[in-house]
Amino acid sequence: MRVKNIITVMGLATTAVVLGACGETKTTGIEPKQMADALHMVMESDRTVYTRMIVNRLAVEEKVIKASEHWKDDKALVLPAQMFRYGAEMVAEKGANFSYSLLSLWPVNKQNRPKTEVEKTGLNYIADNPGKNYYAEETLGDTKYFTAVYPDTAVAKACISCHNDHKDSPRNDFKMGEVMGGVVIRIPVES
Amino acid sequence: MGQNKIALWVIWLGVTLTLGGYLGYRLLGEDKSVFLPGSTSHGHYQIEMACSACHREAFGGGEVLQEACMNCHGAELKTANDSHPRSKFTDPRNADRLARLDARVCVTCHVEHQPEITTTMAVTVPGDVCMHCHLDIAEDRPSHEGMGFETCASAGCHNFHDNRGLYEDFLLKHLHEADVLPRPRVAARNLRASLELLDSYPFDRYPLRQLALEERDAPQGYREDARINQQWHATAHAQAGVNCSACHAGDSVEKASWIEKPDHTVCMNCHQDEGEGFMAGRHGMRLAQQLSPMSPALARQPMHNQAHNKQLSCISCHASHEFNTRHAAVEACLGCHDDKHSRAYKASPHYSLWRAEQHDAERTATGVSCATCHMPRMLEQHGDKTRVAVQHNQNDNLRPNEKMLRSVCMQCHGLSFSIDALADTVLVQTNFNGKPALHVESLDMVERRARKERPRPAGEDSG
Repeated sequence: MRVKNIITVMGLATTAVVLGACGETKTTGIEPKQMADALHMVMESDRTVYTRMIVNRLAVEEKVIKASEHWKDDKALVLPAQMFRYGAEMVAEKGANFSYSLLSLWPVNKQNRPKTEVEKTGLNYIADNPGKNYYAEETLGDTKYFTAVYPDTAVAKACISCHNDHKDSPRNDFKMGEVMGGVVIRIPVES
Repeated sequence: MGQNKIALWVIWLGVTLTLGGYLGYRLLGEDKSVFLPGSTSHGHYQIEMACSACHREAFGGGEVLQEACMNCHGAELKTANDSHPRSKFTDPRNADRLARLDARVCVTCHVEHQPEITTTMAVTVPGDVCMHCHLDIAEDRPSHEGMGFETCASAGCHNFHDNRGLYEDFLLKHLHEADVLPRPRVAARNLRASLELLDSYPFDRYPLRQLALEERDAPQGYREDARINQQWHATAHAQAGVNCSACHAGDSVEKASWIEKPDHTVCMNCHQDEGEGFMAGRHGMRLAQQLSPMSPALARQPMHNQAHNKQLSCISCHASHEFNTRHAAVEACLGCHDDKHSRAYKASPHYSLWRAEQHDAERTATGVSCATCHMPRMLEQHGDKTRVAVQHNQNDNLRPNEKMLRSVCMQCHGLSFSIDALADTVLVQTNFNGKPALHVESLDMVERRARKERPRPAGEDSG
């Protein structure tokens, strides 16, 4: 009987040690900010390449093809903003645990204006502080997110000519290099 | 007391076995209606006895149902450039909207087995559903000030999913078009191009050439019927080198393995897209679920009494050996369908055009049959090749009927006229005999907004 008790106690103790060890295991992976910064670096580079080397070159400089929101009907290039959004949607469809979008204080599509407090503060911050990013945490639904807002600037004439001339654009005085909006990346974090 | 207990046990066992046996029998048979919690919508009633078409797994929640929805409707939504795709709602920034309307899953708006609350297009949410997110639409579009919630999707202006023929810039592009366009005609078929796209077609056995009557390769006992021989010889099959054995031969061309009545799967060896369309629509969806073929007797739409016993397969419209597409495009339809719209067809201007086309080569592709609108000819892109294929899913462009604008109406009519005609329910019933009695103002609103817009310099749409 005593032996049995000792075995039970030892068993429980082992379990406790194992569970304790699990609880103590710390994530040694990258921090949300590092991940967001890395993701944004890729996004910004791809976006700039597409805008400058495809859209601006072919539609604005060489004028061999148009870029249009209705690219399928108009047999035209996908707009840079759409290129970005389609990628974000494909990432979401694959079940990624992060999400990203392109928003602006002056959006052509009204769905892309800031909605959450962090989006509003972040977009104003990056517009007022050129070259700086904005980081914060926010809770949406039942989930807490690390949210990063990066400036999205006019990298080609195509950006400003389209936005300045678009009938749904609330602003028509964008200049080259100016902040036109922001890339918002969200990574869920434990609360 | 003990005997009473035994008697109760025997009764309990008897009732359990009887009920279990009965339910088991019903579960394994085709008629599973005893398990139906309520009849299903117009789109699904034909296959409501194939429970596993939607309830694909015995356990599992909404994700199992959602997968089933997307299995049949996913590709169609993608083609339609769905205005409210799932990805619009999975973004965390839309969490507040999701709390109001979980549009990530189809069953939020389309619940089955709820006939009491099911409205057109199997919608089961109240008519003000758009307002959950678009209540403040007048802020961006002052022209929408004061418009009722019931007008969003009912007035020929917007659809929840498919707005390919209704989006603003499309309307702008088609302002002031004539009621009838200058050269009204549909795409002409190019059967040979279709054949050349078949990767696995046995060109070595059936080279593309006109076959003579005496070249038919049916075995003795099957080659003697002069009427069948003549019918075959007059068809596109004989003209394209498709011999009897192409459809009838089983393992060999011997009489013993001759298939007397090939089914739809044989047709689909060459006509795969057409077959898939047929099986996706109301005519073939039962076959697709391994149920007995659809029959007019099972239909909820009015059908001719004498057609009740017909069973639908490829040859019920394309009579075997004749394969007369003109017959399949009108008479085959009217042989079963007996609703107001169908009955009015032969008095319509569309039918006059269909008849006029028949004996005048100049008027090829100007006639308008039932199939012209309900099984339209579509341009299909295959790599760098295009073929004209007939959409055999008659439901593909039917509801909401604005889906017909681009695939059908605008082949011959201006956009404004087309939108008005489709919105006029009385005109639809008389099969478009006359002009629309109402006017949808969407194009006028678009034009008014465009006039207010500042002029755009050259190089528009550049980025």
